[in-house]
Amino acid sequence: MKIGIAGSLESNDVLVTVRECEKLVIDIHSIVDLLFHDQIEKVVRDTLQELGIENVEVRLQDKGALDYTIRARLITAIQRMEAQP
Amino acid sequence: MNNSLGREIFANSRPFVSANAFLKEKRRLIPEKPTSATVRFYDDLETAFRDLAIKDGMTLSFHHHLRSGDNVLNMVASLIAKYAIKDLHLAPSSIFPEYKLSDLILNHQIRNITTNYLNGPVAKTIAGGQLQGTLLMHTHGGRARAIESGDLAIDVAFLACPAVDRQGNGSGAFGINACGTLGYAESDLKYAKKVVLVTDTLVDELSMWQFDHKYVDMVVKVPSIGDAGGIVSGTTRITRDPIGLKIAQDTAELVRELGVIKNGFSMQTGAGGTSLAVADAIGKIMQTQNITGAFASGGITGYFVEMLGKGLFQKLYDVQCFDLAAVESFRTNPAHIAISASKYGNPFETSPVVDDLDLVILGAAEVDLSFNVNVTTDSFGNIIGGSGGHADTAHGAKLAIITSTLAKARIPLIKSEVRTITTPGSDIDAIVTERGIAINPNRGDLLERLKGTSLKIMRIEELMDLQHRLGGIPKELPKTNAAVGYVEYRDGTIIDTIYRTG
Repeated sequence: MKIGIAGSLESNDVLVTVRECEKLVIDIHSIVDLLFHDQIEKVVRDTLQELGIENVEVRLQDKGALDYTIRARLITAIQRMEAQP
Repeated sequence: MNNSLGREIFANSRPFVSANAFLKEKRRLIPEKPTSATVRFYDDLETAFRDLAIKDGMTLSFHHHLRSGDNVLNMVASLIAKYAIKDLHLAPSSIFPEYKLSDLILNHQIRNITTNYLNGPVAKTIAGGQLQGTLLMHTHGGRARAIESGDLAIDVAFLACPAVDRQGNGSGAFGINACGTLGYAESDLKYAKKVVLVTDTLVDELSMWQFDHKYVDMVVKVPSIGDAGGIVSGTTRITRDPIGLKIAQDTAELVRELGVIKNGFSMQTGAGGTSLAVADAIGKIMQTQNITGAFASGGITGYFVEMLGKGLFQKLYDVQCFDLAAVESFRTNPAHIAISASKYGNPFETSPVVDDLDLVILGAAEVDLSFNVNVTTDSFGNIIGGSGGHADTAHGAKLAIITSTLAKARIPLIKSEVRTITTPGSDIDAIVTERGIAINPNRGDLLERLKGTSLKIMRIEELMDLQHRLGGIPKELPKTNAAVGYVEYRDGTIIDTIYRTG
């Protein structure tokens, strides 16, 4: 199974892990989940839509990253997944 | 009942009115404890504990000068457990994560807690609603006021003391676990009904001491009072984070433009990395312009010891040493002067040191649009600290500046309403963030002086909106309606309520 990872567990960053999957799974673990869950999920969905990806497993370990960080880490993780042979 | 800041507080308490309300009040003083005829020496704590005949419901106090390295509170806690004493009121000056009190709280052996600062497991237990009675949080100066007035009446003070002489005088400057000044404990020493010095170092004679034997009832020799290495907690080095350094540079520039840095000025900063970077940046300005300050106070770190060594300040006034370099300086340099918590920040002292401060640099977990500051709880309602000297110095200093990033892990600094008010906004003059500086509108004099500055001065509402654009608006987490404790302002009035989490 192809897998792609980007980011870190530093404060203000997010570690994104993506795996090939037959359906869409978004799994969010965030230290600010109570405050920003919906917004984090929206960024993930919007980014996947822009990339034209419907089915993938996305796991976020978020340490309070801003939207553009989440977006950049997700795009990179997917590129790394797709670059795998 | 609501206080003047619109905060609901419990019935029968004195509501906060204003930071200056104490000026209309008279100082209340109970008599100092009768001086004891003889000091009794013990070589184990348990025998001393039995002889003290500690009963259910008594008030026991401690100081936190050994910070994370303290073992005296834990030794006494074990004896409380062993002798099954119940419903105690514990009044340590602070509670650190290493202090093992949670089981005693869960067993109802500790019913009430009064302290100035707490975090870690005990804070979690209390915020979770497990303390049967009430948590009351003081400022450092307010605790001294509470003790001298009899509001906080102490039955037994267990005071960790790094060195004690044959007469029973005590010092923090000597011994294997020297921790420096013992400023927080001076009120306990003078006003507790019984005073027990707990030490691991007995000497024939001390060249100087802070605890006079005339107040001491017992001296107990134990194998070790803790680990002085543990007094260094958190960062005591200048930050290398570029955002922290930018905030520090802008703060120093702000202070310079306001004309604060001149011969004879005085300042205090916290021990965090950004605070020390501010001290460093101000120190460089002082060196360039050949300026000598009168004093720095605190919470003294090795960094301020270096500034004293370079002649940038004439004196250090020190309530507690934050690291071993400060301990060494206190022992050897007569210009490094110990002060009590009362002399530091008690509003009713004739001339507390905080009133002589020109500048204080402080932190914040949250600030509201009226500049009220929260350093007691986080945005989730967890107890993360407390005032310590925050409200004391903010009131006393002519210029009180908050330095902080505009958000921490996406959580905004500036909110329309803070979770808990620790320090009233009337005492906060400026907030410096990496994106801009907000000046309290009630300081028109500062705004006037900053006209034409290259510093980015913004309204606090603009700073809040900016962060909302960058990081989004967090969902409001409603407070529970169960009070677990109260924040007492330095004058003894109640400024806010702490609610149970979740």
